[in-house]
Amino acid sequence: MSEQIDRLIKKEYAAGFITDIVSDTLPPGLDEDVVAFISGKKNEPEWMLEWRLKALRSWREMVEPHWAHVTYPDIDFDAISYYSAPKSSSDGPKSLDDIDPELRSTYDKLGIPLHEQEMLSGVAVDAVFDSVSVATTFRHKLKEAGVIFCSISEAMHECPEIVRAHLGSVVPQKDNYYAALNSAVFSDGSFVYIPKGVKCPMELSTYFRINEAKTGQFERTLIVADEGSEVSYLEGCTAPMRDENQLHAAVVELVALDNAKIKYSTVQNWYPGDSEGKGGIYNFVTKRGVAHTNARISWTQVETGSAITMKYPSCVLKGDNSVGEFYSVALSNNYQQADTGTKMIHLGKNTRSTIISKGISAGHGSNSYRGLVRMNPGATGARNYTQCDSLLIGDQCGAHTFPYIESKNPSAVIEHEATTSKVSDEQLFLCQQRGLDAEKAVSMIVNGFCKEVFRELPMEFAVEAGKLLEVSLEGAVG
Amino acid sequence: MLSIRDLYANAGDTEILKGLNLEIGPGEVHAIMGTNGSGKSTLSHVLAGRTGYEVTGGEVRFLNQDLLSLATEDRAREGLFLAFQYPVEIPGVSNMEFLKAAVDALAAHRGEEPPDAVSFMKRAREVSAMVDLDPNFLKRGVNEGFSGGEKKRNELMQMLLLEPKLAIMDETDSGLDIDALKVVADGVNAFRREDRSVVLITHYQRLLNHIEPDFVHVLAGGRIVKSGDKSLALELEDKGYSWIDEEVA
Ligand SMILES: Nc1ncnc2c1ncn2[C@@H]1O[C@H](COP(=O)(O)OP(=O)(O)OP(=O)(O)O)[C@@H](O)[C@H]1O
Ligand SMILES: [Mg+2]
Repeated sequence: MSEQIDRLIKKEYAAGFITDIVSDTLPPGLDEDVVAFISGKKNEPEWMLEWRLKALRSWREMVEPHWAHVTYPDIDFDAISYYSAPKSSSDGPKSLDDIDPELRSTYDKLGIPLHEQEMLSGVAVDAVFDSVSVATTFRHKLKEAGVIFCSISEAMHECPEIVRAHLGSVVPQKDNYYAALNSAVFSDGSFVYIPKGVKCPMELSTYFRINEAKTGQFERTLIVADEGSEVSYLEGCTAPMRDENQLHAAVVELVALDNAKIKYSTVQNWYPGDSEGKGGIYNFVTKRGVAHTNARISWTQVETGSAITMKYPSCVLKGDNSVGEFYSVALSNNYQQADTGTKMIHLGKNTRSTIISKGISAGHGSNSYRGLVRMNPGATGARNYTQCDSLLIGDQCGAHTFPYIESKNPSAVIEHEATTSKVSDEQLFLCQQRGLDAEKAVSMIVNGFCKEVFRELPMEFAVEAGKLLEVSLEGAVG
Repeated sequence: MLSIRDLYANAGDTEILKGLNLEIGPGEVHAIMGTNGSGKSTLSHVLAGRTGYEVTGGEVRFLNQDLLSLATEDRAREGLFLAFQYPVEIPGVSNMEFLKAAVDALAAHRGEEPPDAVSFMKRAREVSAMVDLDPNFLKRGVNEGFSGGEKKRNELMQMLLLEPKLAIMDETDSGLDIDALKVVADGVNAFRREDRSVVLITHYQRLLNHIEPDFVHVLAGGRIVKSGDKSLALELEDKGYSWIDEEVA
């Protein structure tokens, strides 16, 4: 069986190609001038520059964290270029037609034909190519509803008071090493504001793509859902094949004010490195949301890419009766390492959280779930349910769980369940006896294992996620 | 249909099949009986191509092909079906999607378009009714939480849907209540056709009251040691297996 598994796990990365566009790239290295350059490039207000510089100063005093269950060579932060923009977009495209044809074809190869999406799917797309937003659609329809969906640099000019009030309110500049770095040099990202009582009329979606060699990508996303509003946001990524490791340190902040609902879904398919473990993206992301009274934040993620993932989308359940959810599928194949999970911080009364984590390991992959559930003294009547399942494919991979529980309120209830299973010979034999090849069999078994999470994804994403798993597992099986 | 010549096979390091011969013609129903551990399931696994077994000698021809050189899934696509003695669960994968994937794989092998969802659903409901399983079973995970008897009927349902040329049924009658036994027998009889063959591995004559076999064989010591018509099963029911051992010795 392991031989068959080996063969199946080895499959070329389908999105591995490099777009040939002249980029406007800063030389490697990071100092105050670089930060000022980035800020200047975006015409940022003075307060924003100050904010960034403060972050830079904090970052310099911090040390790179090494507590996660992953290993990788030291990152040389002076060898990274902190700004890169596709040249042709420096004037800013007025419509989709103004986009560099080369770029457009990149999206087409990735299966994201913008104009078709515009017409068919009803999904508004804010595509980030390297560091600059190059296409934003459906602005008008959203505008009618009063929804603001734009790049964060635009937001700084269009609605500076909202940005200023919330940026860093969930993930402060010096929250952690990578968040501080991001705060200093973030290039762009998405901004969403949903006004009071408004249900966003469509799913909002952003596709990210890293392209320039040695360019760290530092996205910054801020979503503010005002009282009683609702929004569902999709984030999907894929990167071209590269030999060098690329650092990705994004920050996502969600603010759900009283009675608001935010659903944030991610499908992450960055280049995982080759079958020997060479290359691939380092994905060190800070994602956190604050839920006020009766608000609900739900994170759903399907993580199949990146060489190394450290990612813990978290919820601070600040208001009474607020709800936090985390649904995750993380797959590590070949030499991929994933250390991912969530933090549920219960502050308010009767707050509730649910964690469903599905870890899949194949090849030499290592998959760790790391989750913290904290019940603060004020969290009277709070509840958490955690279910943490691991699936092993082959016998050279590993799965680990690190659940941390801190309860300072005796009335709080915390439940934790964990299972580990293998794709068994019997299951494979049954599938093959019915005419399925091993590859199809494994992808079906794995999809079945992930069902509880896929069910949480928006419809079009669920299909994509299933396909992604299939592609990511090719070469994985026996 | 199937021709087994002098087959030797190991399970792990143990030699289980030791020079087995068996000829099955189109349209025939053969019953294979034998004591626990005599190698009946091993034979079915070796024929279906399960990993963990090593064929050390002999030849098997299936529809004029060298069966043993075919990959597991290709044997299935060519029309060999095994109803498992112990059906395994696949959590989260619905019976429906599993069956659709299988039907599509077989269609692709024949160079045909996969059936559309509507006609597939219709056929799936028909066969689930034939084996007396509520259509809700189609939505449940493959064998997930099924009772023993339900699992067996689910195997038969797959067989009726996939329409193999040769069906090997490994103790599909074990653990069935009397009504379910009748349902299974009716299903097999409905399946019988002059271009389809069935191998019934069973311990009980009572199944053969409902499905009349053309031949009955006794597997012992890794070989077919005795063959006869349906009266052999009655004789076994009456006398057990020890007289055969003596006869062979
Ligand atoms: N992997 C293995 N290694 C060693 N021995 C094995 C292995 N698999 C099966 N066997 C042995 O082979 C023999 C035949 O097993 P098999 O399951 O074919 O019997 P059977 O005739 O189907 O019995 P039953 O009527 O109980 O179903 C048994 O003694 C069993 O323990
Ligand atoms: Mg058996």
